[in-house]
Amino acid sequence: MSPTRREFLATGALVVGFALAPRAALGQPATLPGSLNGNRRLDAWLRIDPSGTVTIFTGKIELGQGIGTALSQIAADELDVDLKRIDVVHGDTARTPNEGQTAGSLSVEQSGTALRLACAEARHILMTAAAAKLGVQVADLTINDGTLTAPSGARTAYWELSADAHLEGDATAKIKPKPASEHRVVGQSVRRRDIPRKFTGGAAYVQDIRLPGMVFGRVVRPPSPGAELVEVDEVRVRSLPGVLAVVRDGSFLAVAAAREEQAIRARDALKQSARWKETASLPPSGDELYRDLMARSVPAQTVAEKAAPTAGEPAKRLEALYTRPYQAHASMGPSCAVAQWQDGQLTVWTHSQGVFPLRGELAKAFGMEPTSIRCIHAEGAGCYGHNGADDVALDAALLARATGGRPVKLQWMRDDEFMWEPYGSAMVMKLAGALDGQGNVVAWSHELWSHPHSTRPGSSSGVNLLAARHLATPAPAVPPADVPQPAGGSDRNAIPLYDFGAVKVVKHYVADAPLRTSALRTLGGYANVFALESFVDELAAAAGADPVEFRLRHLRDARARAVIEAAAQRAGWTARARGDGGRGRGIGFARYKNLACYCAVVVDVSVDRASGRVGVTRAIAAVDAGQIVNPDGVINQIEGGIIQSTSWTLKESVRFDRTRVTTRSWGDYPILRFDEVPDVDVVLLNRPDERFLGVGEGAQGPAAAAIANAIAHATGQRLRALPFTPERVKAALGQKA
Amino acid sequence: MASITLRVNGEGRTVQVESDTPLLYVLRNDLELNGPKFGCGLAQCGACTVLVDGKPVRSCVATVASVASGRITTIEGLGTAERLHPLQRAFIEEQACQCGYCGNGMVMAAKALLDRNPRPSERDVKAALNGHLCRCASHNRIVRAVRRAATELSS
Repeated sequence: MSPTRREFLATGALVVGFALAPRAALGQPATLPGSLNGNRRLDAWLRIDPSGTVTIFTGKIELGQGIGTALSQIAADELDVDLKRIDVVHGDTARTPNEGQTAGSLSVEQSGTALRLACAEARHILMTAAAAKLGVQVADLTINDGTLTAPSGARTAYWELSADAHLEGDATAKIKPKPASEHRVVGQSVRRRDIPRKFTGGAAYVQDIRLPGMVFGRVVRPPSPGAELVEVDEVRVRSLPGVLAVVRDGSFLAVAAAREEQAIRARDALKQSARWKETASLPPSGDELYRDLMARSVPAQTVAEKAAPTAGEPAKRLEALYTRPYQAHASMGPSCAVAQWQDGQLTVWTHSQGVFPLRGELAKAFGMEPTSIRCIHAEGAGCYGHNGADDVALDAALLARATGGRPVKLQWMRDDEFMWEPYGSAMVMKLAGALDGQGNVVAWSHELWSHPHSTRPGSSSGVNLLAARHLATPAPAVPPADVPQPAGGSDRNAIPLYDFGAVKVVKHYVADAPLRTSALRTLGGYANVFALESFVDELAAAAGADPVEFRLRHLRDARARAVIEAAAQRAGWTARARGDGGRGRGIGFARYKNLACYCAVVVDVSVDRASGRVGVTRAIAAVDAGQIVNPDGVINQIEGGIIQSTSWTLKESVRFDRTRVTTRSWGDYPILRFDEVPDVDVVLLNRPDERFLGVGEGAQGPAAAAIANAIAHATGQRLRALPFTPERVKAALGQKA
Repeated sequence: MASITLRVNGEGRTVQVESDTPLLYVLRNDLELNGPKFGCGLAQCGACTVLVDGKPVRSCVATVASVASGRITTIEGLGTAERLHPLQRAFIEEQACQCGYCGNGMVMAAKALLDRNPRPSERDVKAALNGHLCRCASHNRIVRAVRRAATELSS
């Protein structure tokens, strides 16, 4: 951890705030681009220190996606300073802009756009001040790494101008950022700033925070979602070595101890002595799960409806049902937080994706003013969406009320994470379509059933933190509304980009979820793209068409066509090639959210007909993310997205019976291993003059569909139920025999 | 509590702990070493891996008593930010992670591999790391990093 960070941590619960300038008193201020709109002051985004450091502030947090590096690249180019001068402060309710959640592949779009404009404007202000100081025109100045030189050779620097250059004002967004042709750092594969400390034992994660007097906490969760605590021998556990506090509040149970292993032993002891009343609150498993979901009586909502421009006569009709099980984020590091109470003020160090929304939810949970709480981001293990990060912050804060002002570091155990993280929702997608006599799609419908895809803090009026529902006076979670279009939540990517004649998309949003669900990378996008792009191949097969040609035939968007063509070309796609029974090739495409990056993925699979085992041997992706800030960062995201999606698609499904979640360890939830990972090749279609398009969730849906299509290509059998386990594959191949 | 002396990264360190305490908590909390990570506590994921007498050990289940006679090496013992070990340098150069939480275990398992097989094939690397989980899916970068380090070490 850098000295500045360490010093900063040492200030403990001191809450320093910058006042946001009041909105224009008269009338509405102009709408500003990106996150600048909600955070207008220039000095909310950057400060220039007399020592020569430029600090940029972002509400978006680092979670291994490299956002800190990408944002520093944008700032370096706009300000004309070296990357080395730039420090990045992420997500701190006392220091950074409020940019909501770090989610939806929006960080470069929202924070990057804001920082680009703020830095362009700051540069202009600084140059104006320098010109006045040096007695020259702005146009006569040259800048090199923050030093401004007049034609006479007289010079000054940003860090000498702080008295004259005022960044306290509101941004106007009227200073035009540099054109792409003048970028030196943006567009380069700059090495990530967070990586060296991660490989040298540096303090890189919230798990690595150590504060004076800190103690260790563990939580004792109920054995099942419907369980209530009846009795527990707190007295005996309080007498165990090192135990400092046992907190019991309703069915919330947690323990603090001087040493971490003592907290773990005390947790085990509490588990053994606790008696719970359990109820069978969970849905059925297997195929019954999907029948149950479809039987929930919720109103059907039409998401999109479009009449056919010309009424083609349907010659052939097709229908298919696709399913996706509950799937887990399954972060490598169980969720963790550090909490400390001092004089009625709460400080929480957290790997939450949204420190401001978490602060708001903690304020609701404790009946406090948000201003009495400070949430400071520190990295956790990769989260891939809404995992236990926010929940563990409340756990730590509840426990820290009993430790007399001493900070508590509380980390979940592996089974806490698997049993209690909010899962990616199970879903059903029912697709129907019609072809005309020429094999063109003239009608298309996509009907889906799903639980919520975002129950994050701030997503409803309730307290969306796990422990709140276990307290003696519970603050029940209020089911949120679905994320609306155009991004969509359950219906994300359900509206086809193809010209399919008459189109209808309908959703059944089942807000009441027996298993807690929330945002897992792509929300509904993964399952919807899997279904949509599988069904495109089913229609192509019915039309006797090649999958690539069939897609291009129905697609006008030039950028969408370009990624499909680029992926096919790099893969050496051969039109109408036939699978050989064991090996096959498939393609999938989507524009994430129909708003972010364009991505096409081609995969090669091998199917072992005897065992039913599917291997994805190779994946080729083509991506258009608009202007690319860090090419290697984009490749890393797409590569990781494809491999993670391969794992979801071939292996992953949360297990449960009618009472308990039975997925508790990696043994119950296998993920892809080294010997199963495909080679991945990523083609970038950089468009430096286009705006940024988020990339972190672009590949998952297309990869899943490509795998399904490749298996169908190899074997002639279509798999429509995720995941494609050996048992399912064998069953499908057996049907044919 | 017992007084136990461990030999960690070449130094003798004495700690007062129960002898059945998993090594991981002593390394992280008593010796303030951040490298080994708590991932599962069940020896399933590999994030906590350290070397004991050159062999990879899952420190989340190995008790301090069981390793008290051994030479323990953590990632901090390989090199520092200023003087990187070739493996650390290779992981940085290959940008071989997203979140990096599994990275400690990958580097330590790779160290054990390269010590016994200085020029591993891609298949050898994958076999050596197959018991280590990575959720961000940086596998291919990790394999490249290990092979890059092998090249540097044997040249």
